[in-house]
Amino acid sequence: MTDWLSPDEWRAVALSLRVSAWAVAASLPFGLLVAYALARWNFWGKQVLNGLVHLPLILPPVVTGYLLLLTFGRRGWLGQALEEWFGIVLAFRWTGAALAAAVMAFPLMVRAMRLAIEAVDPRLEQAAGTLGASRLWVFVTVTLPLILPGIIAGVILAFAKAMGEFGATITFVSNIPGQTQTLPSAIYSFLQVPGGETQAARLAGVAIAIAMAALLVSEWVSRAVARRIAGS
Amino acid sequence: MTLSVQLAHRFPGFTLDVEFAAPEGVTVLFGHSGSGKTTVANAVAGLLRPDRGRIVLGGDVLLDTEQGTDLPVHRRRIGYVFQDARLFPHLTVRQNLTYGRWFAPSGAPGAEMGRITDLLGIGPLLTRRPAGLSGGERQRVALGRAILSNPRLLLMDEPLAALDDARKAEILPYLERLRDEVRLPILYVSHSMAEVARLATTVVLMEAGRVTATGPAAEILADPAMAPALGLREAGAIVTATVAAHEEDGLTRLESAAGTLFLPRVAAPPGTALRLRILAQDVMLATARPEAISALNILAATVEDIRIGDGPGALVRLRAGGEPLLARVTRRSAHALDLRPGRAVFAVLKAVSVAQESVGGR
Repeated sequence: MTDWLSPDEWRAVALSLRVSAWAVAASLPFGLLVAYALARWNFWGKQVLNGLVHLPLILPPVVTGYLLLLTFGRRGWLGQALEEWFGIVLAFRWTGAALAAAVMAFPLMVRAMRLAIEAVDPRLEQAAGTLGASRLWVFVTVTLPLILPGIIAGVILAFAKAMGEFGATITFVSNIPGQTQTLPSAIYSFLQVPGGETQAARLAGVAIAIAMAALLVSEWVSRAVARRIAGS
Repeated sequence: MTLSVQLAHRFPGFTLDVEFAAPEGVTVLFGHSGSGKTTVANAVAGLLRPDRGRIVLGGDVLLDTEQGTDLPVHRRRIGYVFQDARLFPHLTVRQNLTYGRWFAPSGAPGAEMGRITDLLGIGPLLTRRPAGLSGGERQRVALGRAILSNPRLLLMDEPLAALDDARKAEILPYLERLRDEVRLPILYVSHSMAEVARLATTVVLMEAGRVTATGPAAEILADPAMAPALGLREAGAIVTATVAAHEEDGLTRLESAAGTLFLPRVAAPPGTALRLRILAQDVMLATARPEAISALNILAATVEDIRIGDGPGALVRLRAGGEPLLARVTRRSAHALDLRPGRAVFAVLKAVSVAQESVGGR
């Protein structure tokens, strides 16, 4: 299993998987909350929030990375506070790579979930209310099952985006082998050295395989869910 | 258990201001579309918060804007059957039916489920999903779901409006059985005279956001003053009768407070209480007992009230042995027969229709 990838390459793949998994898992609750808020609530500053969420999608990734460095770097205001109070350091660590991936993938996640929430008929939720379900129970027993395909789509999209994140990551946490060298950073590094093309090609193949697998799984899961809802 | 409602709400271009009480039985909120019926239903359910109002159900205050009481929807325990069934698509029929039980304060007794599925004829559907059901089946499941949530009041917002006539005919008997067997007060929103005639114990007439009349169904339907609002063609009285005997020539003899009636064979055993609908346009009046006439059903009655319409017609309210009747005659006939309150007449019934199900002695 490991002999067709060198230890360095293997480390990059494993790190990327870990970074992406954490990025998606940690941002999922926030993504769901923001998607619900944008889909259903009316509040002051809704457009500002919407803009902030989507910003990483349109900003040059380098700018996002730079802003992360300013905020969460060891001398950044939030980074300093985190280190002082909780001993958490993000800059130049894999956790920082996960943060960068989460921020970059967030808009895609929120978008997919928001569309799913908007597609849920609020009258079904009203009906659940008249049957005795409180707001929270309505969400858990009606809204959540109905938006499950959207959540899955959002998670897969975000995971794929996190796997491919490069610009913000390399700006924020640099490209340290075994520490912050994710799959894209590794490919980039191999392309910088003479004779690294074969290694880069191998890693590119791995990236393609992971992306395809993710797509197929999401397709299969959302079909299974849709079939359950349609009732065959 | 009585529901008393008092509401005021202002929409852009429409003001709602109603007050009525719904005693036991089926109270039909009747009015044209846009008269505010659904708004009232939503306010009772707690889906809409009115500007001002007070809603009390059997001593429990659901809403009192003056005192700042507003029980949230899920704690009002009002079973709501919507026009569109609103079944949960991701759950089976059985899961839909038991949904409310998860939240009911004290779980409904286990036998209830089987009784309700039998009553509604949805036993064979339990493992199916809503997407595979017909419109009529969906509406019956929605009914069952509302009842099984252990509500204190059933609210039905035109539950038949989205169905074709055949499906309506399929569900109406279930509704009648429900009214008679499930002892729940029911608030029923409708603009169909046929449904009012078959189901209503009490009628609340609404027009442009206001209650114009309220009272027992038989009285409201036989009130000439209400006829324009109810629809002239549909105006008519409701008479309760008991099947006395099935005669040899295929007729069924019925006894009512208004007198003896003969109808083509009614498929109900002797002793069954039936609700008869007698349309005003099917009633002729005579000042002397008609003889040598083919009509079998002739009732002695007294004129109570006459309402002359804008056209050539007049509506006459009669009382026959305590039961109200309504007759539609021409103004010319009303003059010729010298019809006025107190005059004794004979009502000749050209047609009588039967609501097939029992009214449970009400």
